[in-house]
Amino acid sequence: MTALNPAGWRPEMNAGGADDSTTFTGNRALMLEEPLLFEIGSTETTGVDFDEDVAAADLGPLARSAPIGLPGLSESETVRHYTRLSRQNYAIDLGLFPLGSCTMKHNPRLNEKVARMPGFADVHPLQPQETVQGAYAVIHELAEWLVTLTGMHAVAMSPKAGAHGELCGVLCIKAALAARGEDRRVLLVPESAHGTNPATAAFAGFTVEDIPANAEGRVDLAALEERLGPDVAGVMITNPNTCGLFERDLKAISDAVHAAGGYIYCDGANFNAIVGRVRPGDLGVDAMHINLHKTFSTPHGGGGPGSGPVVLSAALAPFAPLPFVTKDGDRFRLIEEENAGEAHPDSFGRMTAFHGQMGMFTRALAYILSHGADGLKQVSEDAVINANYVLRSLEDVLEAPFAASGPCMHEALFSDKGLAEGFSTLDIAKGLIDEGYHPMTVYFPLVVHGAMLIEPTETESKAVLDQFIGALRSIALRAKNGDPALKSAPHFAPRARLDETLAARKPVLRWEG
Amino acid sequence: MPRYFTEEHEWIDVDGDVATVGITDFAQGQLGDIVFVEVPDAGAELTKGGDAAVVESVKAASDVYAPVDGTVTEGNGQLEEDPALVNTDPEGEGWFFRMTLGDKSQLDGLMDAKEYKTFCDSL
Amino acid sequence: MRYLPLTPDDRAAMLAAVGAASIDDLFADVPAEARLSGPIPGLPMHASELAVERHMAALSRQSRVAGDGPFFLGAGAYRHHVPASVDHLIQRGEFLTAYTPYQPEIAQGTLQMLFEFQSQVARLFGTDVANASMYDGSTACWEAIVMARRITRRGKALLSTGLHPHYRSVARTMATYTGDTLVDGDPTLEPGTDWAALSRAIDKDTSCVVVQYPDILGRIDDMSALAEACQAAGALLIAVVTEPVALGLIKAPGEMGADIVVGEGQAIGVGLQFGGPYVGLFACKSKYVRQMPGRLCGETVDANGKRGFVLTLSTREQHIRREKATSNICTNSGLCALAFSIHMTLLGEAGLRRLAAINHQRAKAAATELAKVPGVSLLNAAFFNEFTLVLPTEARPVIHRLAEKGILGGVSLGRLYPDNDALANGLAVAVTETVTEDDIAAFAAALKEVLA
Repeated sequence: MTALNPAGWRPEMNAGGADDSTTFTGNRALMLEEPLLFEIGSTETTGVDFDEDVAAADLGPLARSAPIGLPGLSESETVRHYTRLSRQNYAIDLGLFPLGSCTMKHNPRLNEKVARMPGFADVHPLQPQETVQGAYAVIHELAEWLVTLTGMHAVAMSPKAGAHGELCGVLCIKAALAARGEDRRVLLVPESAHGTNPATAAFAGFTVEDIPANAEGRVDLAALEERLGPDVAGVMITNPNTCGLFERDLKAISDAVHAAGGYIYCDGANFNAIVGRVRPGDLGVDAMHINLHKTFSTPHGGGGPGSGPVVLSAALAPFAPLPFVTKDGDRFRLIEEENAGEAHPDSFGRMTAFHGQMGMFTRALAYILSHGADGLKQVSEDAVINANYVLRSLEDVLEAPFAASGPCMHEALFSDKGLAEGFSTLDIAKGLIDEGYHPMTVYFPLVVHGAMLIEPTETESKAVLDQFIGALRSIALRAKNGDPALKSAPHFAPRARLDETLAARKPVLRWEG
Repeated sequence: MPRYFTEEHEWIDVDGDVATVGITDFAQGQLGDIVFVEVPDAGAELTKGGDAAVVESVKAASDVYAPVDGTVTEGNGQLEEDPALVNTDPEGEGWFFRMTLGDKSQLDGLMDAKEYKTFCDSL
Repeated sequence: MRYLPLTPDDRAAMLAAVGAASIDDLFADVPAEARLSGPIPGLPMHASELAVERHMAALSRQSRVAGDGPFFLGAGAYRHHVPASVDHLIQRGEFLTAYTPYQPEIAQGTLQMLFEFQSQVARLFGTDVANASMYDGSTACWEAIVMARRITRRGKALLSTGLHPHYRSVARTMATYTGDTLVDGDPTLEPGTDWAALSRAIDKDTSCVVVQYPDILGRIDDMSALAEACQAAGALLIAVVTEPVALGLIKAPGEMGADIVVGEGQAIGVGLQFGGPYVGLFACKSKYVRQMPGRLCGETVDANGKRGFVLTLSTREQHIRREKATSNICTNSGLCALAFSIHMTLLGEAGLRRLAAINHQRAKAAATELAKVPGVSLLNAAFFNEFTLVLPTEARPVIHRLAEKGILGGVSLGRLYPDNDALANGLAVAVTETVTEDDIAAFAAALKEVLA
């Protein structure tokens, strides 16, 4: 393990005192301040040249005559503005990004290159079908992989993100129930679930009821079975769950729910832990979304776009949304409203204007082809080794509430128990920023007090993890010893802690120049 | 003027047939800096235990439940401008709404100040 | 495997450190019947970068690329020239490989960009505030309808027949499950909009009226009277913009009184991408901001008093409100919003106005040429860069015959409205700055041949 000063740094250790030094510009060498676009641009400036001049349009009263107020910059200024802004971001490309449940793994650049190939990037979604066979082929090939990797029956490719995929799965359940002539209103959701689960269920008109967890951090099978009945449409369950544990009883849960006439929705956010090694279809799952931006490494892009295809069991597949791609002989065909009547009459409808996130399909397919069946199995194994290594290396300094529940899967969960009075998970997170890391997921799952959820992913080396473990041990000890410098961390980031209360009390949501 | 407390950390001042409702000092301490309060409009019909108002801090949103049945006569418009009043004077200027008392017997199950303090100490 | 840094020795040492005899020990909680011993059968093994690139390039070549010849498709996705610096900048790793800015001290780049994006969208739409983006225009449209229901506590939405049929389908699908009432229908091949009729149809149960501008047939109209009618009845006016470049030339919906303006931002910076990812734009009057879905970025100060930005008003969102959230949306379309914002910065107001004027002029020239083809007539009285032609025959087969001649000649209304024979002869044609005079001449000549 890398030797580190166990007491960590102190602000006074900074020769020159980074916190009180001032410069004329406000810059500090490579840490460059950047004004708002609205403070440096002008509505007269443009960074685009046009080949022609045009006469004024004759649109009468509909003409936009009042100023719009959109500042422009020359190309050189534009490049600098956004390059400077980019340098105020932490990113996977800079270092470990251990956000639990978010699967921040390396984003291969081959995938970026592939996504920009003109046959995928410069084709219109409504082109005649015979002119976009290559694009359909990508969608179809990725769909086959997803179905095979999950052991499911079919896949709906169009959902735009994980939460949109959840909605797709839940609507399939609703449509299946309607086809049976049943009006079941209740979806059971564990307390540890992602917030999107209950939000999705409610958005689709279901009533949400909590299912309790047992002392191990897994769904309480007996309590679940007790609650099943003719009003229960199904269960939304995350596996591996948000405590980082495999739901050992999932097959028994599925059997019980199916016997009671319900369906199993599996939140696939954590599929990275089992991809290539376990097929959810073997565990009785009826629907599961796959976050291509997590397991299959399409870039998170500072908060999207995501992509959330949903794999479906034979029971739910007939209800999948339009449009989708099928293969007839060596030709691909799009099933949409026009031909759905014969080919797919029970579809619940359309979720989005076009076919889904094509730019993510190309990236995910390149990622999958690069790994192959053997490489994907290695992905989940290495992700699980890395997480267990973090768990066992830190459980003596941070409380791990489910350390005794067996090995963790792809993420390690700790609580804030044992920190000095007045010190919290937030302080540990901000301390990590100064050490050059993005913090872990904090205060989630809600079932653990001051939760810290660490997901290293498989693309981190042992050396990186050793240094991270050393840094986190150092911070944990400082939090336990009540080091006041930790309360005001971060000290070396582009900004100190930001006043979120002010932002919410007096919202300023746009430039008022 | 008697003051009652609920287990959901609301206080109720009763003056004749009208009650003033807010959240307790204990509750505001738990929530932290209040950034937004949504109070019901005059005329809203409330049912005991039903949603009456919403109080938000940066990271949490909590529903405030109607402590008794009745009709809202006034919401505290000042909270829209200055939600911090709930932090600085929760049991005075930071009141949420006033309502008529539909069924005075519903007050019987509520706590007085001493009982509420014991209740908070037990949490 | 080139992306996996652990060596066999590392794995052995780490397994030993965690007290596992083998990797199987770590998967002990997986039921035996679901445990796979080897790679999933029937799937290929790992491949080199060269091999993957070769495979994908072969697939890419199987499509007719829009830029390879005359191209006139629109109907919700528009082909504009995107400056090279846009794609360069969005590929900077600090933008590309960052997460949602939950730790604002080390995410000011994304946050300041979002604040600028929100400000740009609000100004473009003529509204008070905009959010940090949605999945796409169609989902933003449905979210706006739900938002209007929350605000008005009424459940009936009137959809203009000029709304994109796929947007309408999304709303129809969702309404089936949420219990909202939608009043909708197909357009008719007339030069004018149905907005006056919508004004008359508003009643006390109406939550909102949804109009598209320019609409699916390319028609543009003044929505001020409709906005007044909505306001008088306590309903909201939702305007949908699928071609934001238009707003460099024609009045913004917010200027005409729309309460919520949503749109598809793809036309600026994002590219065609076969339908996604795109970027949903969402803006409204400030009094409705707490009912908005999606992320919002706001200005504040840090502990040292320096200006900074944070995600704010998060209590509307699913991770806090769970089943009481305004939406289940958990992301935005961050990188596409960045592309939009960079392109808009390069354009600036002067560039946007000029780009819009060029589009309009080019479209007018095309409409004039195409309407000269025997049997073909122009439907629109007014349009921006997209218009509808009425052919003497069904447009669908014509599109395929044009494609055989190398011309991608628009979107047939038969594809968009397969069950409506009255629209079968309609052809929606979009003309942007990427279309040349030669392209227009080639289209007109080919159309003449096909119709002859």
